[in-house]
Amino acid sequence: MGFLEVEDLKVYFPIKGGLFNRTLGNIKAVDGVSFSIEQGKTYGLVGESGSGKTTTGRAIIGLNDITSGKVLFEGKDLTSKKSKTASVRKDIQMIFQDPYSSLNPKKRVLDIVAEPIRNFEKLSKQEEKKRVQELLEMVGLSPESILKYPHEFSGGQRQRIGVARAIALKPKLIIADEPVSALDVSVQAQVLNFMQDIQKELNLTYLFISHDLGVVKHMCDEIGIMYKGRYVEQGTKQDIFENPQHIYTKRLVAAIPDIDPRHRAEQKQFREDVQREYEQSYNDYFDSEGLAYGLQSVSDTHLVALPEKG
Amino acid sequence: MSEKLLEIKNLKTSFRIKDDYYAAVDDVTLTLNKNEVLGIVGESGSGKSALAFSVMGLHNRAKIEGNILFKDQDIANISPAKLNKLRGDDMAMIFQDPLTALNPLMIVGDQISETLLLHKKNMSQKQRKDRVISLLDQVGIPYPEHVYNQFPHELSGGMRQRVIIAIAIANQPELLIADEPTTALDVTIQAQILDLIKDLKDDMNTGIILITHDLGVVAEMADRVAVMYAGQIVEIADVHTLFENPLHPYTRSLLNSVPNTQEGQDKLHVIQGIVPSLSKLPREGCRFAARMPWIDESVHEENPVLHEIKPGHFVRCTCHKHFYFPDESKEDSNHGVS
Repeated sequence: MGFLEVEDLKVYFPIKGGLFNRTLGNIKAVDGVSFSIEQGKTYGLVGESGSGKTTTGRAIIGLNDITSGKVLFEGKDLTSKKSKTASVRKDIQMIFQDPYSSLNPKKRVLDIVAEPIRNFEKLSKQEEKKRVQELLEMVGLSPESILKYPHEFSGGQRQRIGVARAIALKPKLIIADEPVSALDVSVQAQVLNFMQDIQKELNLTYLFISHDLGVVKHMCDEIGIMYKGRYVEQGTKQDIFENPQHIYTKRLVAAIPDIDPRHRAEQKQFREDVQREYEQSYNDYFDSEGLAYGLQSVSDTHLVALPEKG
Repeated sequence: MSEKLLEIKNLKTSFRIKDDYYAAVDDVTLTLNKNEVLGIVGESGSGKSALAFSVMGLHNRAKIEGNILFKDQDIANISPAKLNKLRGDDMAMIFQDPLTALNPLMIVGDQISETLLLHKKNMSQKQRKDRVISLLDQVGIPYPEHVYNQFPHELSGGMRQRVIIAIAIANQPELLIADEPTTALDVTIQAQILDLIKDLKDDMNTGIILITHDLGVVAEMADRVAVMYAGQIVEIADVHTLFENPLHPYTRSLLNSVPNTQEGQDKLHVIQGIVPSLSKLPREGCRFAARMPWIDESVHEENPVLHEIKPGHFVRCTCHKHFYFPDESKEDSNHGVS
């Protein structure tokens, strides 16, 4: 039994219109995604905008309705009735992308961080305050900040308030949706280091959603690459970066700017080669609708979306 | 053979907060040659966009001191009418956010023709339309005749950014300022847009100022790089020197805080503290000193200036000779700097 298992997850958004606002069709935001995460590991979900990576994360935590498929968390099915899964919900928390819009500007830090605690535990005012101060100390903010408002903090500090809220109930799984993409590199480094530290301390599992392959390579053990709602490739960090098989993965890897100017010519050559291969072999990797095929395994850890042989 | 295109001398751009003026760009001096890409790097609040807006004359109520010589003409304090003759013609800008830089109520074709209409008065309507379509084609937009009549909301982010580039290059500018041209885009599209800008430079001999916070983009695109911190240039060098032998503590800290795609470090370097806000900025002494508290204060200059370490490699303050990261020993930090 895995820690988190997602089986054939589908999330469709209906397109309404016409007479009586009937459903005319579906946008297949997530179209048959399966993966599993082991406890204590970091799983990276990568894709460009519109690939369905955020929808997948939101569906797992219950912010989007699931059309079909299963999400098993420690063996319990999260897709069944919400009331039955309420106790499980506190084990899964989310860190949002934008630290400017994910904190209520009218609330004090105390109320923001205490909100999940109030939902699940009955603590006295004193205990609650103590708990919030401990949490703030953990994320490296001074305990006196509990009476401040979000606008009094910088971007990096706000993101850490978001992290404090996420770890308030000692969750087991944290879904981090682009947690650093709104931050400057130096602040990004701070948040990433900190996420690694608390992962060790609390034995957390991360589902790390990002479009930045550099950050994903730094943080993740296993990686899944999404394109138009489907998986194109899945594997360990080494599989994806050293031995990418799908042309889409190769394009992504080739597009990362290299920080060493000495590699400029090679990088350009590599990118042109990949682009040529992409144009020539597009039909080998995508079906008639431009979607990825089902996953075939190429090694124990490595799955690639290729047409079935024969 | 390098020919000077733009020369900025002691530029100081100040904004009024209550009753005082605070300099967001403080004593910046730099030059840009033809057919050269100058990268400007820094975190948010370092003054890099304020610098670009000063060159283009886009600040409304700022106080601008110093000289901006564009082809030997001082454009820092010329009349708006004269500036309007240059802007969009000899100099142009690519803006950061393709979602807000275009007019949502105007078809794409008209937005590009506007700049032709203003600067190429003797073009016929037919010629203009042909030119716009060839521009759309040049920036890699498929079916340009069709896109000509589309509104911005019908295009994807990458396509919109190409439209903005088409507007900027419509009159083949000699100076192009690109302010975070790819920040809002996905990586594969970013790579395409950067290649496009590079090709345009080679075709038109344009001098480009590329403003970005992404060190990878700079490493791939720039010929020379200026690093800005708190309104000042702290280091400027050619791209190879800057990435292989960075000297200023800020440059080194920035480079160490990037998650490397090559194998390497477990822990990223974190720059302590935050970029000070404009009104709280220390105006005397080394501005980066507060963010490396483990370094002895006596190593800073009283009034840090740019020192030429090697031809073309300038570093502000003397503190770089004594800088080391907190987790390494003092000895192995001084890599051959005398």
